[in-house]
Amino acid sequence: MTAETVITVDDLTVGFGGPPLFRHVSFEVRRGEVFVILGGSGCGKSSLLKAMIGLIEPSQGTITLLGEQLVNATGEDRRALLRRLGVMWQSGALFGSMTLAENVELPLEEHTRLSRPARQAVARAKLGLVGLGDAQGKLPSEISGGMAKRAGIARAMALDPPILFLDEPSAGLDPVTSAGLDKLITDIARGTGTTFVVVTHELQSILAIGDRCIMLDKAARGMIAEGDPKELRDHSENPTVRAFFNREAPSDAPEARPADTKVGA
Amino acid sequence: MDNSTAALSLDGETLRFTGAIDARAAERLWSEATTGAAKAKTITLDKVTELDSIGAVMLLGLDKPLDGAPPNIAEVLERNRRALESAPPVKPEKELPAIQALGAGAIRKARTFAGTLAYIGEVTMTTLRAPFQRGGIRPAELMRHLDEAGLRAFPLTILLGTLIGVILAFQSSIPLKRFGAEIFVPNLVGISLLRELGPLMAAIIMSGRTGSAYAAELGTMVVNEEVDALRIMGVDAIAMLVLPRIMAACLAMPVLALVMDLTGLIGMTGVMAALGFPFVAVTSQLKQWLSLKDLLGGLFKAAVFGAAIGLIGCRAGLSAARGPRAVGDAATGAVVGGIVAIIILDGVFAILFYRLGL
Repeated sequence: MTAETVITVDDLTVGFGGPPLFRHVSFEVRRGEVFVILGGSGCGKSSLLKAMIGLIEPSQGTITLLGEQLVNATGEDRRALLRRLGVMWQSGALFGSMTLAENVELPLEEHTRLSRPARQAVARAKLGLVGLGDAQGKLPSEISGGMAKRAGIARAMALDPPILFLDEPSAGLDPVTSAGLDKLITDIARGTGTTFVVVTHELQSILAIGDRCIMLDKAARGMIAEGDPKELRDHSENPTVRAFFNREAPSDAPEARPADTKVGA
Repeated sequence: MDNSTAALSLDGETLRFTGAIDARAAERLWSEATTGAAKAKTITLDKVTELDSIGAVMLLGLDKPLDGAPPNIAEVLERNRRALESAPPVKPEKELPAIQALGAGAIRKARTFAGTLAYIGEVTMTTLRAPFQRGGIRPAELMRHLDEAGLRAFPLTILLGTLIGVILAFQSSIPLKRFGAEIFVPNLVGISLLRELGPLMAAIIMSGRTGSAYAAELGTMVVNEEVDALRIMGVDAIAMLVLPRIMAACLAMPVLALVMDLTGLIGMTGVMAALGFPFVAVTSQLKQWLSLKDLLGGLFKAAVFGAAIGLIGCRAGLSAARGPRAVGDAATGAVVGGIVAIIILDGVFAILFYRLGL
């Protein structure tokens, strides 16, 4: 039995006035899977994520989240749909004037009628879940990048949304913290049945967490592969996909020669 | 009744939850559950169909044994129990007793003061060394800041100067009219503009436009570690960042004050014309009563105000803390500090000029 589809992206084209960043992208995300959007820098991964959560209006195509289109939803419908999405931003996007606990409490305050002590207890549980139990009272400026990302996940999970979007969760983190974050994502996905849509270009992360993935390519201006990341690594016939998974430099990249490194001799 | 509708019932000493205990149910049932749990000895979850983490936190917060949870529900409970255990409630930080708090505050203030003194010393030394040092003065940087602090402030200064001249002339003509002394309006407006208001208003404009911009620009550089990068490259941050800004502010201020003076006088002349006094009457009054000394005294004050605004703006930027609020705080500090410093300096100048008989 295949799991229910929670996100449908159909024939999506996104551009900012000029030539499209990517075009005719279509895929489906199923309930409970960790779905990875991967590709090199500048191929439009983050823009695709922003289009999926309704921050960028696509030039063409539709995005259906949990059976509804965010672009068309207004008023209370839109609020209800947004309540069922969680987003972790690349830098954490924590509010600098609030402690971590207050950051996690904010969506609870906005979307529920829970009392303050109840909200505080839920925030404690969320921060405990991402391993930040002892940093609840800290300000975002007082914590490291990895902690900020985990706090970002805690805030995104505050309302137990069925879909979580993560933008570059492991970028810029050390291998140990990055592996810890990967484990956290798979634990939450397996434990709570939450669907994850993860944008990343970290190879190890993709292989560790991804159930399925799509790959975007800058040169092709679109999607060049879809499937299980391990399958793609081992059996893809597309040279760009193979190069990505095998960390090969593109064949036309200039080779560094020792003489090139001397400047102003 | 819908199966999934959450409810609770107290049966003797057992509190029984039924249905889906999710965020919506928790909102509704939290206080009822707390009162119910106080009377109950155990809580039974055998009829719970769904449980999310908000519901789990509510159940765990009741602090009573939880029985009969189906395996999937028990799993959610266990995960949240572990999470809550790893995040004990934070105790609010103890405040210092009054005397210690006073002492700590005084030490903080003293440190800030010492930092400011050191900064003024560093800027002074850099300024003295700059002409003899390679890269001491950067003409391109200086021109850029002169453009931003001076030229780009012209439209605003012209507008405000004219309006202030008009307002002063109108307001002073009302009492003077009672004595038939409207002809003295140019004297009053001329002297107050040249000696006081011209430099002061121009300084307030510069503090708001330029002082805050300096603080924000340097504050952002501090937050982005650009200032650290400069220091590590062996570039004197004061010479590269602070000196051109202070020089620009110091050089642009007298020009802005002059623009303020002139446009103010033009505004006043317009009002006098409207009141029926010819242009020549205004100029002859001004010639009789104003001396070059008044103008130069005002412009000298303006240059000192400019240096103070530049110093304070750069200091606020460079001492910005890390974090997203730092830049905003630095800009606020620059404007407030700049305006306070101008008024204090103006008071000092007033006493000084009076004593010197200028």
